[in-house]
Amino acid sequence: MAKKRTIRTIPQERTRAREQDPRERAKNFTEVTCAFTVEDALRESERCLFCPDPACVEGCPVSIDIPGFIRKIGDKDFRGAYEVITDANLLASVCGRVCPQETQCEGPCPVGEKLEPVAIGRLERFVGDLAIKERWTSVPYIEPNGLRVGIVGSGPAGMACAADMAKAGCEVTVYEAFHVPGGVLRYGIPDFRLPNEVIDAEIDNLRKLGVKFECNTLVGRLFTIEQMIGEMGFHTVFIGTGAGYPKFMGIPGDSLNNVLSANELLTRCNMMGARDPGHDTPLPLGRRVAVIGAGNTAMDATRVCKRLGAEKVYCVYRRTKAESPARVEEVHHAEEEGIEFHWLTAPIEILDDGKGNVRGMRCIRMELGEPDESGRRGPVPIAGSEFEFEADTVVIAIGTNANPIIGQTSKLKLNRRGYIEADENLATSMAGVFAGGDIVTGAATVIEAMGAGRKAARSMKAWLGIRDTETVYLPERAAGAARLFGIDVAEKNFARVRVA
Amino acid sequence: MPDTNKGPGFEIVAREDFSDVTFLLEIRHPLMAKAARPGQFVIVMSHAEGERIPLTIADFDRSRGTITLVIQAVGKTTREMQQRCQVGTSLHALVGPMGVPSHVGNAKKVMCVGGGLGVAPVFPQARGFKEAGAFVIGVLGFRTWKLIFWEDRFRSCCDELIVCTDDGSVGVRGPVTEGIKRAIARHPDIGEVIAIGPPVMMKACAEATRPHNIRTVVSLNPVMVDGTGMCGGCRVRIGGQVKFACVDGPDFDGHQVDFEDLTTRLRRFAAEEKSALERWSESCRMTTQLERAVVEPLALPDPFDEVGGG
Repeated sequence: MAKKRTIRTIPQERTRAREQDPRERAKNFTEVTCAFTVEDALRESERCLFCPDPACVEGCPVSIDIPGFIRKIGDKDFRGAYEVITDANLLASVCGRVCPQETQCEGPCPVGEKLEPVAIGRLERFVGDLAIKERWTSVPYIEPNGLRVGIVGSGPAGMACAADMAKAGCEVTVYEAFHVPGGVLRYGIPDFRLPNEVIDAEIDNLRKLGVKFECNTLVGRLFTIEQMIGEMGFHTVFIGTGAGYPKFMGIPGDSLNNVLSANELLTRCNMMGARDPGHDTPLPLGRRVAVIGAGNTAMDATRVCKRLGAEKVYCVYRRTKAESPARVEEVHHAEEEGIEFHWLTAPIEILDDGKGNVRGMRCIRMELGEPDESGRRGPVPIAGSEFEFEADTVVIAIGTNANPIIGQTSKLKLNRRGYIEADENLATSMAGVFAGGDIVTGAATVIEAMGAGRKAARSMKAWLGIRDTETVYLPERAAGAARLFGIDVAEKNFARVRVA
Repeated sequence: MPDTNKGPGFEIVAREDFSDVTFLLEIRHPLMAKAARPGQFVIVMSHAEGERIPLTIADFDRSRGTITLVIQAVGKTTREMQQRCQVGTSLHALVGPMGVPSHVGNAKKVMCVGGGLGVAPVFPQARGFKEAGAFVIGVLGFRTWKLIFWEDRFRSCCDELIVCTDDGSVGVRGPVTEGIKRAIARHPDIGEVIAIGPPVMMKACAEATRPHNIRTVVSLNPVMVDGTGMCGGCRVRIGGQVKFACVDGPDFDGHQVDFEDLTTRLRRFAAEEKSALERWSESCRMTTQLERAVVEPLALPDPFDEVGGG
């Protein structure tokens, strides 16, 4: 092995991934960021300092052994790198693309203090894509334990939970209301950020672990959560249905035609194929589109509209770019593609053309006021600064409320805002039923939902009496010496313990 | 031309044509037959490239394990279904039962009003009320005698049945509101009215019952994509508030519904629907011409004859 790496000996420049030219890509749905080549990946892997106490792993919601897989890349053992990642995360290709790495693994990377941090996300994607290309799968030996797990929702939370439960030997069935699995990965995130083939590949991986997907199944209405743990014989159930009940503005003109939620726009385009003339689902946009909001969904919406042929796409947000909740990279890409940003602008009315369609929007300029107790500077309208502009379509991307279906159809305890109440182990008020992701926390990121799915899986294993192999063989991960060899010294009962 | 609906999916076990445009499909789905309640709906995709369209469940048979849909061929998707959905073929996607089931309350006397296509979905409600022990008055509206269907089914669960036809060829002449007026005159003690049909008709029903202060429930059928509350395309205004028909409805208090807003929103894709239908009719004409030239004419009735006008 070579000399110990230091910040001075590693390649100083972060390896750039090639990107499609903004003018070109604004017309197609092909991926914007191209994958790392093998050379790119090898060079970037040399930038990792292999910290003994890696901050990046702490920052990762699913605790991937990041230095571990980067070391394998450096050794050109790509298959080995894939094994290390899939140990913690079955969805390397997805997460390498859509995680907000700058606030998670790459944020605390010590290399980033002097230089730019190691491109962990890009490396993860490189490994994940290679695995798909080479058709690698990492199917461990699984001893069936005869326990049945029902998962509601095939989005990131459900997929992550399904993977862990299947690996533990359970018989896992995932229910999805749409006709294709994938949840928000499928309907929400556009192809130019996350191609459908990647989702297909990841779902195939789950199938290889023995996970069954049942589409066209609306849990709550076709059968209830109570029925699942009752007559249907599921030993435990995980609910990961997502938030999805889009908010509207509550301003005049809200229900005009051509005012639509970002969810509707994205679903029509990504899942229903509205961009393809061979599909029946329509999505007329007109020439000018205004998207309200500046989160990741809003960015996706603006860029989808541009690709669907809108001449002008505006992004309207009441705060400044600095407060925008979107990933830095997404805002940057949107700017490059010619999206016009109107920061510090709040819509006050959507204007009617007299026939129930959108004619334009009336907005007001804002300024940032005094910081409130949380330290965040709230936007304050500037009196007399109202102005109008023309638009044919208005897309609302200001967030979502809790989806009411599970609440309507089960006795699960909900919180004040309609989200499912879950304790720190993600157990709900109903024995054996766990919940995680947006339906518990409100809208968040894909990886946070996956983290919740894995956390719930740990609790579900404990509930089923399956010893968590991770806890058994990695005692140093347990807090202090309180948990050795998976046996919690606080456990002072004679409850049956099942070993997977 | 896309492939036929053979293969996995949801099997069509029976079909009945009521008229040139209205047809019934009975689809095997035992779990849904078990779960369905009056007032609920499904989302259907007839093929992989198709639209997701909401259709009210017209009937469900728990012993046969089937659900029944009654479809009016008005646009591209429904006309295409009229052509493709034969017994033995399958629907690409079928999800449900969706929506909050109708509240079959303990009203002693109820009136179930169905207009045109709304006749079918009001049937489970009439039956539900009958099973709950209510006196059920059925009011059905059709354009003309030729379009009447399910009269026998309604007779079996209604204590009184008033059929209205626009041209007076059968029963009361005029719209369903004529029937409503007569029923209210004869039965001043009606506790609840359920009205299902086109928005104009439901609005008229709500207006007819408003002066009598009779609770009137209508079932709204706006444009939907997912049907699970995720897209908000089906939002309607109820008493000044925005509600999603798919998860907050589809039943709402008819006296609170903003029907003007509903009608406007139903016209949202009017232009796209029209051009899609034109394109489709044109392609049908071309395929039939082609097929006619190559293959012997089929013994089946030619479904394109009606579509020809486009």
